[in-house]
Amino acid sequence: MRPRTDWLAHCVLGIGALLFVLPVWLIFAGATQDAGTINRGDLSLLPRLSHLGVFWSVLRGRPSGSLTVPVWHMLMISAGMALVIAVGKIVISLLSAYAIAFFHFRFRMLAFWTIFITLMLPVEVRIIPTYAVMADLNMVNSFAGLTVPLLASATATLLFRQVFLAVPDELIEAARMDGAGPIRFLIDILIPASAANIAALFVILFIYGWNQYLWPLLVTTDPRLDTVVIGIVQLIDTGFTLTPWNTMMAMSVLAILPPVAVVVAMQRWFVKGLTEVEK
Amino acid sequence: MERRTIFGGRLLPAALVLPQVAVTVVFFLLPAAEAIYSSITATDAFGLHTRFVAVANFAALFADSAYLGSLARTVVFCALVTAISTVLGLVLAVFADHEIRGRTVYRTLLIWPYAVAPAVAAVLWVFMMHPEVGLVGRLLNRAGLDWDYTLNGTQAMALVVVAGAWTQVSYNFVFFLAGLQSIPRAVIEAARIDGARGFRRFRTIILPLLMPTTFFLLIVNLVYAAFETFGTIMALTRGGPGQATETMVVKVYRDGVINLDLSGSSAQSVILMLLVIALAGLQFRFLGRRTIS
Repeated sequence: MRPRTDWLAHCVLGIGALLFVLPVWLIFAGATQDAGTINRGDLSLLPRLSHLGVFWSVLRGRPSGSLTVPVWHMLMISAGMALVIAVGKIVISLLSAYAIAFFHFRFRMLAFWTIFITLMLPVEVRIIPTYAVMADLNMVNSFAGLTVPLLASATATLLFRQVFLAVPDELIEAARMDGAGPIRFLIDILIPASAANIAALFVILFIYGWNQYLWPLLVTTDPRLDTVVIGIVQLIDTGFTLTPWNTMMAMSVLAILPPVAVVVAMQRWFVKGLTEVEK
Repeated sequence: MERRTIFGGRLLPAALVLPQVAVTVVFFLLPAAEAIYSSITATDAFGLHTRFVAVANFAALFADSAYLGSLARTVVFCALVTAISTVLGLVLAVFADHEIRGRTVYRTLLIWPYAVAPAVAAVLWVFMMHPEVGLVGRLLNRAGLDWDYTLNGTQAMALVVVAGAWTQVSYNFVFFLAGLQSIPRAVIEAARIDGARGFRRFRTIILPLLMPTTFFLLIVNLVYAAFETFGTIMALTRGGPGQATETMVVKVYRDGVINLDLSGSSAQSVILMLLVIALAGLQFRFLGRRTIS
């Protein structure tokens, strides 16, 4: 009976994998063909290896008249946004979780619930008023506007709090006997002890930041702040007449590559982090 | 579990929570309060006078067939995306849990799509389904199906459902796989000895043990389908043709950002908030207690 189930499993998983790989392979292969061929509907699944240079030229240039900044610039903005959001969220969540788990202060529970509320208010439900606040603070069309409002994270705070509460009392006692103050304790003991969680969280938050669409669409109109995701959707919007198909495909490949690389390289952390953070 | 807190002081803990609380208040609570305020007031065309109108904005929404349409559409869309991505994720996880050759390769191949932005996934699907250029779209037309999602509303809806579900499968896959791996081997062995195998073992032993994971995923998928698919829909159809794929979030964006209808879109925002709070409450009730108690 064994070999039969194995065969079935290979079949199901193979089809599943194909379902995910095929669309990406298609644009990879398509990027190396010329626009005319694709337009005629003769898109081939075989990449023309002699034309791999298309990725380099798309990366360096402005692939369409409707884009005013080169693709590498958009990739830099995306990377900057993803990094600042990931690192920023981790830092401010770590600090607030530390205060809530280890200090006794007035309004401690108030602070906790205020943070907890952010769980319930995704940006999609408060589009207009958030924009109004951004305008009042003069943060529209700035890199800070792109990142700072996304820095609060209830999930990360809850996760760190969980991790901190699991730190054994003996460790805390020992640190106290050695005369470690609150800052020393955080830097020398807590942060190293939660390194695995930090790594896991980083992967998830990096992807979160890289993949933002609605927020950058809302707060930036300056093309110099366009992320690569914004750039791609713009190309689609301006219609296929303006942009050669193969260029659009090459740009999509470039936009997918960095976050996929992060997930695949840190797969173990990623899976662990995902299942821990969300549950 | 509550630890007796070990450090005293006032300034330091306040400074530690300040950044998080400040961002939350300025960018989450203030806008939310503002949305509630504008949803119960109306401002004249010049922005000079604002008056209290109680639930008039809401009443207007629910009397508007376009809004009711987007509500119904959102329900259908969310149900389909959730069903497809949950079932596919579960099936793939069950087979990836088998001890077969190359399963780590399969796992990687099924996990990476998590990293693809919803808006970019939409672009992938354009190249698959475009009526003249897309790999599958061309075939459908050749088979005489008259496929053109830019003109046919039902086809457009089918496309955004498929593209929306596609990005979410890997998320479900990861959670189901983790759930399956946490089932003790002894339980599976006991079932085997009792003669339960194949689909029967799955249905009577494994599926009940996966119920907490499934429930959790249902809620996460619903929230995903309702909100995060905005990019997918905008890139594929912009809510069209007509209003065929205009979900509630797309409508808030259209009414608020493009048509600048402040009161109407604020009322819509408040309804969305209530929806999220209801979903979060459900999740909290069944699963979340562990997290914050």
